[in-house]
Amino acid sequence: MSKHSKKAKAFLKDAGYSEWHDATFWAVREKRDNMSHGLPEWEQLREKASQIKLHTLSHLDQYLEQFASQAEKNGTIVHWAADAAEFNQIVFEILSSHGVKKIVKSKSMLTEECGMNPYLESKGIEVVETDLGERIIQLLGQAPSHIVMPAVHLTPDQVGELFEREGISDEIGNHDPTYLTYRARLSLRNEFLTAGAGMTGANFGIAATGDIVVCTNEGNADMSTSCPKLHIAALGLEKVIPDYDSLAVFQRLLCRSATGQPTTSYTSHFRKARPGAEPMHIILVDNGRSQWIGNQQHWKTLKCIRCGSCMNTCPVYRRSGGYSYSYFIPGPVGVNLGMLRDPRAHSGNVSACTLCKSCQCVCPVKIDLGEQIYQWRQQLPEWGTEPASKRMLCKGMSTVFNHPLLYKTATGVLPKKPFHSLKLDKDE
Amino acid sequence: MKIGLFVPCYVDALFPQVGVASYNLLRYLGVDVEYPKGQTCCGQPMANGGFESQAAPLAQKMEELFQGFDYVVAPSVSCTAFIRHHYPSLLDHECKMAGKCMDIVEFLHDIVKPTAPLGSFPHRVSIHNSCHGVRELGLSSPSEEHIPQFNKIRDLLQLKEGIEIYEPERKDECCGFGGLFCVEESAVSTRMGLDKVRRHAATGAEFITGADCSCLMHQSAIARKNGIQIEFKHVAEILAAGL
Repeated sequence: MSKHSKKAKAFLKDAGYSEWHDATFWAVREKRDNMSHGLPEWEQLREKASQIKLHTLSHLDQYLEQFASQAEKNGTIVHWAADAAEFNQIVFEILSSHGVKKIVKSKSMLTEECGMNPYLESKGIEVVETDLGERIIQLLGQAPSHIVMPAVHLTPDQVGELFEREGISDEIGNHDPTYLTYRARLSLRNEFLTAGAGMTGANFGIAATGDIVVCTNEGNADMSTSCPKLHIAALGLEKVIPDYDSLAVFQRLLCRSATGQPTTSYTSHFRKARPGAEPMHIILVDNGRSQWIGNQQHWKTLKCIRCGSCMNTCPVYRRSGGYSYSYFIPGPVGVNLGMLRDPRAHSGNVSACTLCKSCQCVCPVKIDLGEQIYQWRQQLPEWGTEPASKRMLCKGMSTVFNHPLLYKTATGVLPKKPFHSLKLDKDE
Repeated sequence: MKIGLFVPCYVDALFPQVGVASYNLLRYLGVDVEYPKGQTCCGQPMANGGFESQAAPLAQKMEELFQGFDYVVAPSVSCTAFIRHHYPSLLDHECKMAGKCMDIVEFLHDIVKPTAPLGSFPHRVSIHNSCHGVRELGLSSPSEEHIPQFNKIRDLLQLKEGIEIYEPERKDECCGFGGLFCVEESAVSTRMGLDKVRRHAATGAEFITGADCSCLMHQSAIARKNGIQIEFKHVAEILAAGL
């Protein structure tokens, strides 16, 4: 059994919960279908988005330079981080040079990838997540189970009890989601007002203008950047796109694919710090990406815009949950990104795929995710991580199939007479 | 036009009646069909499991076996999809099989194009839209994509008088077979299969029908184990019934 299959089996033991999990994510898939089926040009948009990403990734050096020089012209300070350690160090240096003791963050999977929160905490800096889902799992000490809906695996009761323990809600036993959201809002207001810096990720970096674009539903990116005087934005190299025309294509696809909404409630564009604030910092993070672009078989995985729709449609993800995967990004794209990151550590995820290819039919940038997983399976012997039992089984099967006589003997003992031994009317 | 019938290993061994139905159906429709001897497996199970190199000699064998035929027709969407999409990279020379191998549903629908009624089948059937049929061969429009709706299996079944055709809720969600997936990820595979069979049964159908015996095999084992009363027939069996 693969690592994933063991965890999946444990997940499925609770039939009621796993059924709820499957239904919850299927409902998101259906919302996405309703949205995509409402746009006549949907398939053209996907093709266009894919082409833009292929073009940008294959000219990334130029677009990165353009992005950085435009951002600097706008008065932003641009940093380049080769890996997670350098990224964390840069963030810490910016914060300590401004005497910041507390930072508020809007959602960023990149900081999760780099392990930024524990690093800053070890240096005595308080980190407060402000996306509600992220805040909930931060208080629980959990990792996200989904990249867009990080706390969707929790029930209102679990959240209600957490808020009672943390003193966030004061009506004990009131687990009404509206009430809980209201209490979270009050608690976060205070964090925004007392933080020394705000950090955001970025959905897109616009090369032509040096802007970054952040899409949220809660407005927390805006609060994180408009209360504190210091804004740090972190983005992976692959987030840069050429211009606003490109953005228009992705904007039509991203939220429809992710949550089945026509757009996020807030699409925030940041070009430079507001008057009176400190200059804005942008950190461009490589952390493996420049190597992955050179991977002939798998570089197209970098087209991903992190909408999460491949997770929602994946019949295996829905029935095994985010924590059944060893990489911090689960589901089809997570299987692929994990293999790019460290194939030895994450080979146990490649079994989590029936090759149904639903993921590549929903993917707004048309990554051939299932086909990529098929390719990774072929490569496991390079790292010696292919399952020994499967290797033996396949060897046995191929011996039989390569020897028609052996095959005839083997199929001859079955209850039904095999087709090849039947007399067909034409033979007579 | 000479047609070679490919009866994949597991159909040959476990569902010989599907091979017979395919052969009879093609003959009934006036197709010049032959079954070349010496067939075993296309290599898909090993390749999907991660051992594609073991499929290469089988691809070579298939290429030779079906050399003289204009089309190769198989009652199995996943084997056909494997041949079409993966054989070219397995052979070190030009691959003819990939271009001429068709699943029986697409061959009938796109090439033979029968229009006259094919007898009657007065039963309620639920179509199982197999993943590789939908998303690799285009037997029906994938539910994910915003393209005009079509279903070649439904089109063919409508040639049977008295038939009532249904599709389950989540009409093309995977049944969880997935070749060696069902061994390696048995818990998820079983759960997917049960969910699928229940949705088919909820249509009120007497039969689940599809173009891939492997999906039907997986679901029929699960139906039996869980006491769900529903029967399974390959599309070719229904089309050939009573001819």
